[in-house]
Amino acid sequence: MDEKIKVSGGTGLSSKDISSGKIFMTEDSLDCAYAWDTGVAINRYLSELKKARIIGTKCRKCKRVMLPPRLFCELCFIPSNEWVYLQDSGVVNTFSICYVHWDASRIGEGEKPHLPAVIEIDGASQGMGIMHLLGEVEPKHIKTGMKVQAVWKPESEREGSITDIKYFKPL
Amino acid sequence: MRKVAMVGAGMTRFVRRALETPKELSYEAAKIALDSSGLSLDDLDCVAHGTAPDAFDGIHQNGEYMVDGSGGWNKPTMRVYVGGGTGVHAIVHGWHHVASGLFDTCLVVCEEKMSSAMPHAQGFFLTIFDSITERALEPNLLWIFALEMNRYMERYGYTKEDMALAAVNNKTNGLNHPASQFSDQVTVDDVINSEMLAYPVSRLDVSPVSDGAAAVLLAAEPVARRLTDKPVWIEGVGWSLDTAYWATRDLSYPRYLDQAARMAYEMAGIREPAKQIDIAEPYDPFDYKALHHMEGLQLSPRGRTVELLRDGHFAKDGNLPMCPSGGLLGVGNPISAAGTMKVCELFWQLRGEADQRQVPGNPRLGVAQAWGDLMQVSSVVVAGI
Repeated sequence: MDEKIKVSGGTGLSSKDISSGKIFMTEDSLDCAYAWDTGVAINRYLSELKKARIIGTKCRKCKRVMLPPRLFCELCFIPSNEWVYLQDSGVVNTFSICYVHWDASRIGEGEKPHLPAVIEIDGASQGMGIMHLLGEVEPKHIKTGMKVQAVWKPESEREGSITDIKYFKPL
Repeated sequence: MRKVAMVGAGMTRFVRRALETPKELSYEAAKIALDSSGLSLDDLDCVAHGTAPDAFDGIHQNGEYMVDGSGGWNKPTMRVYVGGGTGVHAIVHGWHHVASGLFDTCLVVCEEKMSSAMPHAQGFFLTIFDSITERALEPNLLWIFALEMNRYMERYGYTKEDMALAAVNNKTNGLNHPASQFSDQVTVDDVINSEMLAYPVSRLDVSPVSDGAAAVLLAAEPVARRLTDKPVWIEGVGWSLDTAYWATRDLSYPRYLDQAARMAYEMAGIREPAKQIDIAEPYDPFDYKALHHMEGLQLSPRGRTVELLRDGHFAKDGNLPMCPSGGLLGVGNPISAAGTMKVCELFWQLRGEADQRQVPGNPRLGVAQAWGDLMQVSSVVVAGI
């Protein structure tokens, strides 16, 4: 074999190769369904969200107030079973303005961009953020370091889910 | 531990959509790596194999399906998967096989075929988000990269133009790679003006989806010396996994990579990586990640990376060429194969066989890195001649 050959194969296809019937394909569609148990710590977290409250856990050794709450401190590897109510406000650590859907298709005309953010919740240890959404704000006005407040769904619509908070709005 | 060398490498072209099956792509890369070393399949002791989660290809137990293509049938064959970090981690995985003394030779083969997943491979990454506290928000994979990129830029006051410079550096290098799926020169303006996907991420800040495979043959010292007069030694390996509570981390600095790099440098006896390393292949699925990773690799001071980039420090003829292969941005991103492609590049560059991509000055020490899982893992290989 020629010693200079370092690249071989990887025959590129165009959509025309497929539409013209030059190459063949088989297709299948898999339908996977799952139901996840929420676990000990997150079950409590969700039950408090249903009451429009955010709760975390505190490690008695490293003193971190952690969000999402957890059964054990992953740093100290001991139980973290002290429950602490936090504020439903926080600070934007970072954000994005997203114009594509999960499948990479573009948002439609008139559809608003999605506004994901990492929000450091007041009362948790510094840097303890959660991923959530921003709302009631023009994208161009979003800044890191901005103070935000949770906007809760009405009690009748809350179901024990992270989406019981509709989004966070500027304070 | 025994000394381990790379004695052969090979890869396929990276393309948007390949005619070949995953098995056929694996065969092409594995065959070149074996042939270039002069070894036959019968001489080969074992195979270390890397590929994406099964859902990607829609083939359950994909590693078993792939075994014939990777040369692994009737041999000790083991698959490894750590997300985007797989391509370099598979080299670490293969290194263990030989360094331990258990095997004299190990063929590392990584393959990815992203075009089969419909409508877009990106959708199959959604299940990495926490199933209870995050997936209910209907996240999009791009979110986490956009959130990290924004945090990195805000921390140091970097602009979109600054990040685009990294894309142009890598994409320009990639034009000379025979496996690249690109043929057009890209400018900073092209990157900045490309479609905004998820601020601050524009389309040309991102590597493409690709199909492809890459392979590296590893051998223990006595075998390596018999096979070639230019073995490329694996001087150090490292890896680390950070917390899955990703929103609680400092996103502006890749701590997991800091740890992985220090582990590899310690093994290699490297005290001043920024001075001692001649070429770097940081993982660059996004332009900001190349820079972020140069900092984590201890090859650039935090917050000064753009300044060094602008000064030409990381150019092909600079003091520390960054992604001379072209990287994922310039060659393509068949995920696990892209990481292995970076190690192939070290092999060719350090042997002086990188043709038009060859960096000047006879580089003697290089580092390759890959990153993945929930933005939390890094694998590092230091290689020298």
